[in-house]
Amino acid sequence: MWESIEAVLTKYSLVTAFAVIGVTVWVSYLASEKLTRGRLHGSAIAIFLGLVLAYWGGIETAGKKGIADIPVFSGIGIMGGAMLRDLAIVATAFGVRLEEFRKTGLSGVLSLLAGVFVSFFIGAGVAYAFGYRDAVSLTTIGGGAATYIVGPVTGGAIGASSDVMALSVAAGLVKSILVMTATPFVAKYIGLDNPRSALIFGGLMGTTSGVAGGLAATDPKLVPYGAMTATFYTGIGCLLGPSVIFMTIRALV
Amino acid sequence: MAIYGTTLLSICLLAGLIIGNGIGQLVGVNKNIGGVGIAMLLLIIACDHLQKKGRMKPPTASGIAFWSSVYIPIVVAMAASQNVLAAIKGGPLAVLAGVLSVLACFALVPVISRLGRKDEGKQDSPSSSS
Repeated sequence: MWESIEAVLTKYSLVTAFAVIGVTVWVSYLASEKLTRGRLHGSAIAIFLGLVLAYWGGIETAGKKGIADIPVFSGIGIMGGAMLRDLAIVATAFGVRLEEFRKTGLSGVLSLLAGVFVSFFIGAGVAYAFGYRDAVSLTTIGGGAATYIVGPVTGGAIGASSDVMALSVAAGLVKSILVMTATPFVAKYIGLDNPRSALIFGGLMGTTSGVAGGLAATDPKLVPYGAMTATFYTGIGCLLGPSVIFMTIRALV
Repeated sequence: MAIYGTTLLSICLLAGLIIGNGIGQLVGVNKNIGGVGIAMLLLIIACDHLQKKGRMKPPTASGIAFWSSVYIPIVVAMAASQNVLAAIKGGPLAVLAGVLSVLACFALVPVISRLGRKDEGKQDSPSSSS
């Protein structure tokens, strides 16, 4: 019996994903309303549940794609993969006013540069505190504190060892998950309630998944602004990491 | 028809990604620089243009609005396919590096918001007087 069900669910995995994620979102909004009286946003609960599912999937399969490594749920990997995610992010720009972006031009660029440099140096500082002394490892772990793509790309370019690369990816994942879950809680303390600060937030944080999830859980109207600057971050990080930042760190140690 | 909206959206995304790849190659990193951001700008400009000409019909708009509205479920699916186990297994170094960088960047949001406002104030005054 289960085998025939499983065959259908696996063959139509993307449809299965729509059903599973839809139920997850529904349960989360219900919990938000009944258990927290709307204080904790439904999407924040849904994203957290998603991460729990990913953890469970990781334990079950020892794979890298969370729950999507389980064949029946492989469609979740497609639904949450870069292709559909980017399509949906771009769609959120529909109805956004061009002037909002123009007004923030300079602070957007400033936030990107500040975000990349601060993350790199904090990551490198922590690595230093843990006993790393060579510029290659320090820069690579610093890159991970930027995003989990910047870390390995930087490490690859300057020849870091694979255990340092893994650490760097882990640091980036921690950042991404923390931004997803913590943003709704700190939003009001950092003035994250208007398009301008959302743009700056996106530039500073840089992790597209973290910013996308964190802003969605805070106020979905802010998503396009944060996502806009965040998409520049990884490219700029990959550009500056193995060059300017690596040379600076090498000069310092 | 709704598909026209989705077509416009898709073309904007593809064009943005191609431009982003081009920029990446131009500066010598094999990564996409701002592709999605450029795609968003293209979509905003295209929709603005169509709306002014009165050619953005409601069914066309619904072909874009649908994708915008399933954004949160897609983010949930994205969260469910992250390597959460590796993040936790990375140990104290990874956790500390991630946490500290997030805290520092949270703290910088109001700082840059304030800085930027002053800068733009300065820029605004000469341009408005000229």
